[in-house]
Amino acid sequence: MTQRTRNLLLLAPAGTWFLVMLIVPLTVVLVFSFGERGASGGYVPAFTLEQYANLPARWAAFKNTLILAPVGTLAALVIAYPLAYYLAVLASPKWKTMLLVLVIVPFWTSILIRSYAWIFLLGGRGIPALLAMIGIEDVRLINTPFAVLVGIVYGYLPLMVFPIFVSLDRLDKRLLEASSDLGATRIRTFLQVTLPLSLPGIATGSLLVFILLMGEYLIPALLGGGKVFFVGNALVDLFLQSRNWAFGSAVAATLVIIMLISVTLYMRLISKLGAQREDVSLM
Amino acid sequence: MDKGEYTPGRDTGGKKIIAELRGVSKRFGAVLAADDLNLAIAEGEFLSFLGPSGCGKTTALRMLAGFEAPTEGEVLIDGEVVNTLDAHLRPVNMVFQQYALFPHLTVAQNIGYGLKQRRPRLPKTEIAEKVANALELVQLQGFEDRRIWEMSGGQQQRVALARAVVNEPKLLLLDEPLAALDRKLRKEMQIELQNIQRRLGITFILVTHDQEEALSMSDRVCIMRAGKIEQIGSPQDLYDRPRNRYVAGFVGSTNFFDGKVAGVSAQVATVTLSNGQDVTGEAVHDVRPGQDVTVSVRPEQIRLSATAGEDSLQVTVLNRIFLGEHTEYLVRHDSLGEFLVLAPRIAELNEGPFNTGDVLRAFWDPGAALVLENT
Repeated sequence: MTQRTRNLLLLAPAGTWFLVMLIVPLTVVLVFSFGERGASGGYVPAFTLEQYANLPARWAAFKNTLILAPVGTLAALVIAYPLAYYLAVLASPKWKTMLLVLVIVPFWTSILIRSYAWIFLLGGRGIPALLAMIGIEDVRLINTPFAVLVGIVYGYLPLMVFPIFVSLDRLDKRLLEASSDLGATRIRTFLQVTLPLSLPGIATGSLLVFILLMGEYLIPALLGGGKVFFVGNALVDLFLQSRNWAFGSAVAATLVIIMLISVTLYMRLISKLGAQREDVSLM
Repeated sequence: MDKGEYTPGRDTGGKKIIAELRGVSKRFGAVLAADDLNLAIAEGEFLSFLGPSGCGKTTALRMLAGFEAPTEGEVLIDGEVVNTLDAHLRPVNMVFQQYALFPHLTVAQNIGYGLKQRRPRLPKTEIAEKVANALELVQLQGFEDRRIWEMSGGQQQRVALARAVVNEPKLLLLDEPLAALDRKLRKEMQIELQNIQRRLGITFILVTHDQEEALSMSDRVCIMRAGKIEQIGSPQDLYDRPRNRYVAGFVGSTNFFDGKVAGVSAQVATVTLSNGQDVTGEAVHDVRPGQDVTVSVRPEQIRLSATAGEDSLQVTVLNRIFLGEHTEYLVRHDSLGEFLVLAPRIAELNEGPFNTGDVLRAFWDPGAALVLENT
């Protein structure tokens, strides 16, 4: 067996999967997006930009996604970082394992069931009822952007915690001693050593959460109650309800392009921070 | 033992004391890592803590650095008690084991790290100038913008040293700084460390388990065991007048023979060895008749001859290693066991060289043997 055949054999399973499950469907979506809706739904071949011209009709879905995905990612980061820091740096080994398991436990239950739990908590007889008891009346939580934000942060927190935990856990603790020995206060040690060295974890966690949030469907459907919907919800509606495959494809293609652009920009920013850590370190 | 009275560590020969441990103990749970350490360190001195791992030498260093607070006693730096003073406020810098260099910073940024923490801020030009001088000191000019992982182990060692000395600390602490280097590089760095110490006049405190390293570089060596200081002295002191068997075994190589004191007069003890033979030796510290002791004889002080008299030991040569200016013989005595003899070239020209299997007589001058406590 030559080196070349062996390489091809190694790449064949993933390559086939990639081709059948990604390249082909994406091509289909792209082709459909230039077509037209048939009289009774579905797709009629054509070449027109009409579907793209129609995009503003779904502006609300794009707006919600483009606001809540970054805000949700940021909120998850702000909540996950201190937790990951505690787990990796401060927790005793005995507690560390147990707390890590506790972070994963919610993953053992279906997101559907967990989101239903939130429907109750945020619904009229949940937290608003408690608030009413202490005199804060008429608080509406369910079916608001806030409910969706709570849901996505809750659902995706572990995906943010783990990469950050790993980067902080791998951090050589003697570097922190060295920094202190060289005269840096705790805060400056954090800003100049811990934070820059956990940047890869932050980047990985944020990308994971952000990409998944951009395509999110379930949480806005359950906690947004049709009032706060994402592009994902719009797509389900277009393909399954109105059976407008051409327009659905145009929306889907646009989402993919937006994701590609934002992820590329984000990666650029991270590698720039990485290259000029001098500036980061002097914050 | 004569604990409490025996405090030569306090004597710095009239020089200014820059750091001091006064009755310092450190407890980690049930473990007593440092036990009543008393030691004064003179300004400009090169002092080593020497001992096996777990003897408390690193704990002593970490208490000086400010990473650990003593459970009892006082740590003083430049006359001030610093027991609870945080590490970042101490005029002390450390060269860490495996260096602990910042992987996200360049060589110059690593070296300048301490200077950048100063408040009020130092001007950038001054930082750059000091960093350049430090790079020159460790012969790393031109490496400013390199990344740490682009440097070899020896170069990283130099960066770590520069990162510490650039701050002009009152104490420079070195935690096994050469342990990760290969033998040849270690030798070079030993000489370089000594040169740098003399040039800068900074007080160096080295922690090592390598006796050769401690003896070759230090003005004084502090030998530790199980959290306690066993003996403090110049390398020559420790070599010539070890306090007990442990110290003698730690400083240079030596042969030990077990025996019982038969009599003592004026610092000279007569010891009956396990084979019934009597030998005399210098009693460095007081021993009593009847006490079980160890007789220590350095390999270079034992002589071999085919023709020596009856009061010598009859030995068989087991192995011979030619070392150039010396030849090392491993010999065996029927009841005393194996020991080493180091014969200088000049003696070999006289009589010898001997071969494996030769039956010879081994003997030494009466003053060459040391009678030591067994501890």
